[in-house]
Amino acid sequence: MDLKLHVWRQKDASDPGSMVEYQAKDVSPDMSFLEMLDVVNESLVQKGEEPIAFDHDCREGICGACGMMINGVAHGPQRGTTTCQLHMRHFNDGDVVYIEPWRSGAFPVLKDLMVDRGAFDRIIQAGGYISVNTGSAPDANEIPVPKQAADTAFEAAACIGCGACVAQCPNGAAQLFTSAKVSHLGLMPQGQPERWRRVRGMVAQMEEEAFGSCSNHLECEAVCPKEISVDFIARMNRDYIKATFKGDDS
Amino acid sequence: MVLDAKIPSGSIATVWDEHRFQMKLVNPANKRKFDIIIVGTGLAGASAAATMAELGYNVKAFCFQDSPRRAHSIAAQGGINAAKNYQNDGDSIYRLFYDTVKGGDYRSREANVYRLAEVSVNIIDQCAAQGVPFAREYGGLLDNRSFGGAQVSRTFYARGQTGQQLLLGAYQALARQIEAGKVTMYPRTEMLDVVNIDGHARGIVTRNLVDGKIETHAGDAVVLATGGYGNVFYLSTNAMGSNVTAAWRAYRRGAFFANPCYTQIHPTCIPVSGEYQSKLTLMSESLRNDGRIWVPEKAGDSRAPNQIPESERDYYLERKYPSFGNLVPRDVASRNAKEVCDQGRGVGPGGLGVYLDFADAIARLGKDTVSARYGNLFEMYEKITGEDPYEVPMRIYPAVHYTMGGLWVDYHLMTTVPGLYAIGEANFSDHGANRLGASALMQGLADGYFILPYTIGDYLAKRMGDKVTTEHPAFAKVQAEVEQRIASLLAINGNRTVDSFHRELGKIMWEHCGMARNKEGLEKAIQLIGDLRQQYWSDVRVLGQSGNVNQDLEKAGRVADFLELAELMCRDALHREESCGGHFRTEHQTPEGEAKRDDENFSYVGAWQHGDGKATLHKEDLDFEYVKLTQRSYK
Ligand SMILES: Cc1cc2nc3c(=O)[nH]c(=O)nc-3n(C[C@H](O)[C@H](O)[C@H](O)COP(=O)(O)OP(=O)(O)OC[C@H]3O[C@@H](n4cnc5c(N)ncnc54)[C@H](O)[C@@H]3O)c2cc1C
Ligand code: FES
Repeated sequence: MDLKLHVWRQKDASDPGSMVEYQAKDVSPDMSFLEMLDVVNESLVQKGEEPIAFDHDCREGICGACGMMINGVAHGPQRGTTTCQLHMRHFNDGDVVYIEPWRSGAFPVLKDLMVDRGAFDRIIQAGGYISVNTGSAPDANEIPVPKQAADTAFEAAACIGCGACVAQCPNGAAQLFTSAKVSHLGLMPQGQPERWRRVRGMVAQMEEEAFGSCSNHLECEAVCPKEISVDFIARMNRDYIKATFKGDDS
Repeated sequence: MVLDAKIPSGSIATVWDEHRFQMKLVNPANKRKFDIIIVGTGLAGASAAATMAELGYNVKAFCFQDSPRRAHSIAAQGGINAAKNYQNDGDSIYRLFYDTVKGGDYRSREANVYRLAEVSVNIIDQCAAQGVPFAREYGGLLDNRSFGGAQVSRTFYARGQTGQQLLLGAYQALARQIEAGKVTMYPRTEMLDVVNIDGHARGIVTRNLVDGKIETHAGDAVVLATGGYGNVFYLSTNAMGSNVTAAWRAYRRGAFFANPCYTQIHPTCIPVSGEYQSKLTLMSESLRNDGRIWVPEKAGDSRAPNQIPESERDYYLERKYPSFGNLVPRDVASRNAKEVCDQGRGVGPGGLGVYLDFADAIARLGKDTVSARYGNLFEMYEKITGEDPYEVPMRIYPAVHYTMGGLWVDYHLMTTVPGLYAIGEANFSDHGANRLGASALMQGLADGYFILPYTIGDYLAKRMGDKVTTEHPAFAKVQAEVEQRIASLLAINGNRTVDSFHRELGKIMWEHCGMARNKEGLEKAIQLIGDLRQQYWSDVRVLGQSGNVNQDLEKAGRVADFLELAELMCRDALHREESCGGHFRTEHQTPEGEAKRDDENFSYVGAWQHGDGKATLHKEDLDFEYVKLTQRSYK
């Protein structure tokens, strides 16, 4: 099939950027979306034009590096699927496809479709861990974890940190990302000692970054490639309220 | 040069403990006077960086992704081994040690493997305390599964995302140290060379992948945790960015490269669907528990699978290996798939695939049970191929998966360059000629959490007060060489894309240095690689500049190094006149077509030293005091 692409091109952070039109010819339905872009890029290089920059690494839907707005939807039309796992059989000959980077003040564009998601790392640094020095841990079976807690914690921990939730949110809010880590650790017995401090620290950092605030549009959940539930946001909000009543060292 | 692994003497069961007591220590107040450079923040690097920072060292850590959370380790699915014996099924440190040495086809170092098995139990404790959501039983205790090459259940897992959860645990420990100011993290930064001063590793040269700045960093020791080099084959299950550059640059600066030809080819991956294919996807080995592998009896049979009657199918693994059947080890399963495809009996596009059929399992167990066991894998398969494995048999084919070879290290994980260490998949240490499933995660975390942080102290304690800064002229010299290399790549402005060269290199390697190798093919490959390398440096086209994001330039540097590594792999494979583990020389097989080791002549680690024009081979003899050498048989 042949497609017409409109791709966001931007030289660097200071360049205003613009949409540029390309033809993607002889696209096979078995290609992944990124493989389709690879082919376009090879033809650009052949013509002496710089290839389109985009982040990617595992191409298995797990590292969270890839991500772009495809016709206005983060990671494109298929639910529960990252851009790298989206295949061209979901498109038709003659389709026009608009491809843009994540749009959020907190994720500045570095080049073309590549953005800076350092804000996510800083939120984790603000408390998204359990303080346990190497070598000081008790035997792993000393603290049983109810299967259900472990399973729910896992569902939150499945977040790949891609940023689709922020990109799709009309306010550019990072609540789904932050609450996933707050919940993963807050549900485990091992995470209890720092539970209140953690949620305070992470929420404070989230507010310090250029994210917007959450007004329950729920678009984050709809585009999350790991289908992480917005219930975790409610859980984080409850923990946050409780935490504000606790002393500083808990 | 005599390669001294510096294995302490004593009984294997107590030697690590005793040695830890004998090693020199850096006292806590002095630790903060040392700067440690850690390149790579996958499982090995992130765990090392966090632990060394906790101990009080100043750490600078580097990775090329935008965040340490995205390292290739994230993709590991199956699990991590540990000799906990929680299932009370007879497991022990000794058994894990034994299985690993045997699984490696007797080409690994006993003392290292024993230590690995010993610390495996601490890893699980550490990760559970970090909040890693391992699978649990209803009583709240940890669950285990079994994996290839073992008769006990010792694999810990977190659904099909064990690597992700372990990496996030290490990443969070690292984040805590970044917040504490003990680690300075440099994401989107690629190390392009090592700087040695007076024979010791004292720093690195990096390129900032956003603004292109070439920078230098000085330290008291340099640790490479930069992963494996499977992408030399172009197509592999590795992440797109996985590369050999850091290890290769270290090799060119004097670190020996050990057993480069040992490559693991995983039997169950989704086959290639076209020329444009960029990577291959692993389908968990566990599928072989219930799926039956077959091809049509006759070559060129192009009927749909359900049109081929039972009597015209060849369940070749069940036929050839009646006692192990579809569950033979990875290397045997892979070689047999290649053999039937070479006979023209392969299925799917290009004839490079075999069926993995669940029809019998569905009839026997019901669709629900099959779906409970493998549902997520079936879904992933359908996403990629558009075919429903409940209705049509899966098509699978072997793919490059892991590299057992890597930088040579001694018992302290130090390379042949003093002060330069290698950990995780980047070193050659523990898996011999074949790695068992669920053992790479174990090794990466053992190195990073529990071994390197101690052994490095023994080196540093002797180096108090010997500081250098990047003002030392050695830094400017290496920096100039790095800049020159980048300028040369950009100046060629030839006709072919970087990827086209990489693809061609991959085909040469797959054809001649893949699942089956022989003298003629390897010699031919060396010739072809030399020609391709020459063409590369005169005809590659890399556009843009170095002063901003330039992904083609990044790739170009990596492919240039792959083009050199590939030749060394072929030379290593050529010199090793035996078959062992993942290295199968067609000249060396038993009458039944199985790998035939030559313990008399090849029971050594082959470590290569870089030299202009020619690499020199050094040997580290392997002594087996505890495990008895036997020929593997799976009939
Ligand atoms: C699909 C798949 C499934 C697997 N499943 C399992 C499993 O179930 N169990 C198991 O035990 N093993 C498994 N493995 C193997 C295992 O995942 C890897 O061997 C292991 O994770 C490697 O970890 P590492 O820390 O050594 O390297 P990596 O995780 O590869 O990390 C390398 C790091 O080095 C950095 N880096 C590399 N080069 C440079 C440079 N020049 N400059 C700066 N930074 C650099 C990268 O940014 C990254 O941070 C699997 C492998 C694959 C491919
Ligand atoms: S490239 Fe890793 S999730 Fe898409």
